[in-house]
Amino acid sequence: QEAAKYEKKVMVLDFVKPTPQGSSWGLGGTCVNVGCIPKKLMHQAALLGQALQDSRKFGWQFTEEVKHNWMTMTESVQNYIGSLNWGYRVALRDNKVTYENAYGEFVGPHTIKATNKRGVEKLYTAERFLIATGERPRYLGIPGDKEYCISSDDLFSLPYCPGKTLVVGASYVALECAGFLAGLGLDVTVMVRSILLRGFDQDMANKIGEYMKEHGVNFIREFVPTKVEQLEEGTPGRLKVTAKSTTGDQIIEGEYNTVLLAIRRDPCTRNIGLDKVGVNINEKTGKIPVSDEEQTNVPYIYAVGDILQDKLELTPVAIQAGRLLVRRLYAGATTKCDYVNVPTTVFTPLEYGACGYSEETAVEKFGEENIEVYHSHFWPLEWTVPSRDNNKCYAKIICNIQDNERVIGFHVLGPNAGEVTQGFAAAIKCGMTKEQLDNTIGIHPVCAE
Amino acid sequence: KNEYDLLVIGGGSGGLACAKEAAQFGRKVAVLDYVDPSPQGTTWGLGGTCVNVGCIPKKLMHQAALLGSALKDAHHYGWNIAQPVHHTWSVMAQAVQNYVKSLNWGHRVQLQDKKVKYFNMKGSFSDPHTVRGLTKAGKETIVTADNIVIATGGRPKYPTHIAGALQYGITSDDLFWLKESPGKTLPSFILNVSLECAGFLTGIGLDTAVMMRSIPLRGFDQASMEYLTQMASLVTEHMESYGTKFLKRCFPTKVEKLESNRLQVTWKNTDLGTEETDSFDTVMWAVGRAPDTKTLNLETVGVKTNSETGKIIVDASEATSVPHIYAIGDITEGRPELTPTAIAAGKLLAQRLFGQSSELMDYDSVPTTVFTPLEYGCVGLSEEAAVQRHGSDNIEVFHAYYKPLEFTVAERDATQCYMKMVCLREREQRILGLHFIGPNAGEVIQGFALGIKCGATYPQLMKTVGIHPTCAEEVTKLHITKRSGLDATVTGC
Repeated sequence: QEAAKYEKKVMVLDFVKPTPQGSSWGLGGTCVNVGCIPKKLMHQAALLGQALQDSRKFGWQFTEEVKHNWMTMTESVQNYIGSLNWGYRVALRDNKVTYENAYGEFVGPHTIKATNKRGVEKLYTAERFLIATGERPRYLGIPGDKEYCISSDDLFSLPYCPGKTLVVGASYVALECAGFLAGLGLDVTVMVRSILLRGFDQDMANKIGEYMKEHGVNFIREFVPTKVEQLEEGTPGRLKVTAKSTTGDQIIEGEYNTVLLAIRRDPCTRNIGLDKVGVNINEKTGKIPVSDEEQTNVPYIYAVGDILQDKLELTPVAIQAGRLLVRRLYAGATTKCDYVNVPTTVFTPLEYGACGYSEETAVEKFGEENIEVYHSHFWPLEWTVPSRDNNKCYAKIICNIQDNERVIGFHVLGPNAGEVTQGFAAAIKCGMTKEQLDNTIGIHPVCAE
Repeated sequence: KNEYDLLVIGGGSGGLACAKEAAQFGRKVAVLDYVDPSPQGTTWGLGGTCVNVGCIPKKLMHQAALLGSALKDAHHYGWNIAQPVHHTWSVMAQAVQNYVKSLNWGHRVQLQDKKVKYFNMKGSFSDPHTVRGLTKAGKETIVTADNIVIATGGRPKYPTHIAGALQYGITSDDLFWLKESPGKTLPSFILNVSLECAGFLTGIGLDTAVMMRSIPLRGFDQASMEYLTQMASLVTEHMESYGTKFLKRCFPTKVEKLESNRLQVTWKNTDLGTEETDSFDTVMWAVGRAPDTKTLNLETVGVKTNSETGKIIVDASEATSVPHIYAIGDITEGRPELTPTAIAAGKLLAQRLFGQSSELMDYDSVPTTVFTPLEYGCVGLSEEAAVQRHGSDNIEVFHAYYKPLEFTVAERDATQCYMKMVCLREREQRILGLHFIGPNAGEVIQGFALGIKCGATYPQLMKTVGIHPTCAEEVTKLHITKRSGLDATVTGC
């Protein structure tokens, strides 16, 4: 869309290979269809379940047991996503960007082959190419995984309630999904190979896990599934999962209606003909290394988004990188995407917002004696009346003592963590110090203060 | 020799913060706190306005109203609740009042722990170092101190020129302590207090009307808290669609009690030039707050007050016209009437008096939030103030109408969800002010207030990557200017 503004002749190829379970979706990519958007909406549904409980303490009266209807929620969510798919198609059309629902692969220099759903092939040439094919969930590679398990690609459009669910993985995808499924009243178990939220501040990750455990999510730690068998067909059916301990010989079995795999995602770079045009990829991970101007080793081929090596897998980063790239190419701009201090939020039942260094990486980089960590538990005012979770919310900032106590890490665990963290990220971008933070007056009464 | 190093008159946000901070330095500190019952007879414990009849109960009742909306949203998200759902005032009020009482208790324990002497007495000056304290029963105690801090705050005003106003009307002092539902309520005149109260009363299902003489949120003229016609009308527009009735350009002339015990209010409609009446269960006045200085005997010791507002005049170090007598909080002239500023000022004052500090309180760019049904948070200059100070050619206003993701499935109207950033036009494009209307406005604004304290510029904000999907991320994407005249509606994803 940005390139079209500069009167360039632009084409977009988008194609979704159906999941093993047959799920597919429209234009918009992961975020819109099987990521951020449906995730946050279902998280909201779970939060509303909690709100219902709280509301009684605030004087609202209604029948004792409230049940959740999966289909009503999923239909609403899918309708909204449909409107976004449509919105994108209209936007592309309005901006005179040619859109083809076809699978693209390089066949030679400056040439791409587009194959549509019916197998019809067309060839296109372009001066420049941008690869932004993103990723798809990885399967375990064990018997029964593709036949019987689902992934986040299937969950958000599942045409039946998943029932008793086993979530395999400890990524933010795994924890967010487990979190909202439990919040909707389902029996949820998370099977974790080793640690939670690898790459995130572990102190915070453990607090998130603790909270989920206290709120009814079961955890099986240090086990990996070895096979999945079907006991009974159905929507949902019944599955038997066998798992092996990572620390010994112990084997366990469990029965679930649904098994959701959320171990990691793999870039869609293996089957798009990159070898035909000589684009280097990391053979092990499939990710594409790029310069700080998002250029691959082939000068006329660029890449943005989740497929980039050593960059964050986030929608706003991808959008920012894409826009700035186009402005550099066609509008004489020089600004590069700033990948430093990008804030993020994990939408687990107790939300976690972060920007900058985790405590571990700060200690590693600066040395324990050179950093100061200020921290505090807090109790959101709105949780007092329902007597909920006193002393669970937590915030900490990590300061670099040698640099004027500059704030180099911000972490908050609490409601609306994303809304809270955004402004702090801006302040960190401005080089905020502890003193400046102390001099800022709080807004009362809110969590952020 | 004076008995205490520090005597604080007023056990509210500012007073308690100052007293506790002074005690940290090993000083002998005493606090006098006393609540004159309201005309309706309402009274409360230690902690001041914020804890008892301000921020705390207000936000909790606002939360009750928000939960009412959540209950409506819930069915779109799959929760089966039989509508309509009913609200019981007494359940909410008791829960809120119990929580407030726990805070009263907490404050008393804290004072005890910090060895601050607490007197539940009404204080008045005998001389610059002597205060006479009077208990409810009339028992007198004389307290002397080297330093005295006045932090007695304010109380709601009554429009006494309106017949029946004092007799039959209540104020926010009473609203939060009502045991029974206020029913059909008329909060009169406009201040953010009345909008917030009208907002949550509507939200819990009560028939509520707001009567206003002129424009909403007028008369709030402090540097960082100037509410504008634009933001104020968006807030009130939302309230109207939410169900609150507005009687605009009307002012009441009398309040009478009917046989049914309901209240009949008569008012003049200045638009139509007519006189109208209607009956209500409750009439609540929110026509402003006035400092509580009458019984302090300030004239005796020579503490100067502003002749118009009655507030105590202080300098940058919170000193009054009399040496060793200071004032902080709502009672001081020219200061924001906010808990966090009172607390900060109180702490800094104690640090200067007893802790070798020379740091003065910085009242610039204090962020604040109005907790109306659709919340309004802001920090820095209003658009009007920026234009006045710098000229409209020298400022750029970036703005956007946005839709919170959670509103989509819930099919909620987001017409008034709006934000704007006022920047200087030249070179750096420093941010002068940020205004946000939407859910969780306070949470959104707080971090940006920090940024503004660090001198944030528009380019720096644009370099900050957004968190997706949130409302706050839209701030980092602001790019449409008012000057361009382009449609400012942004689509999230």
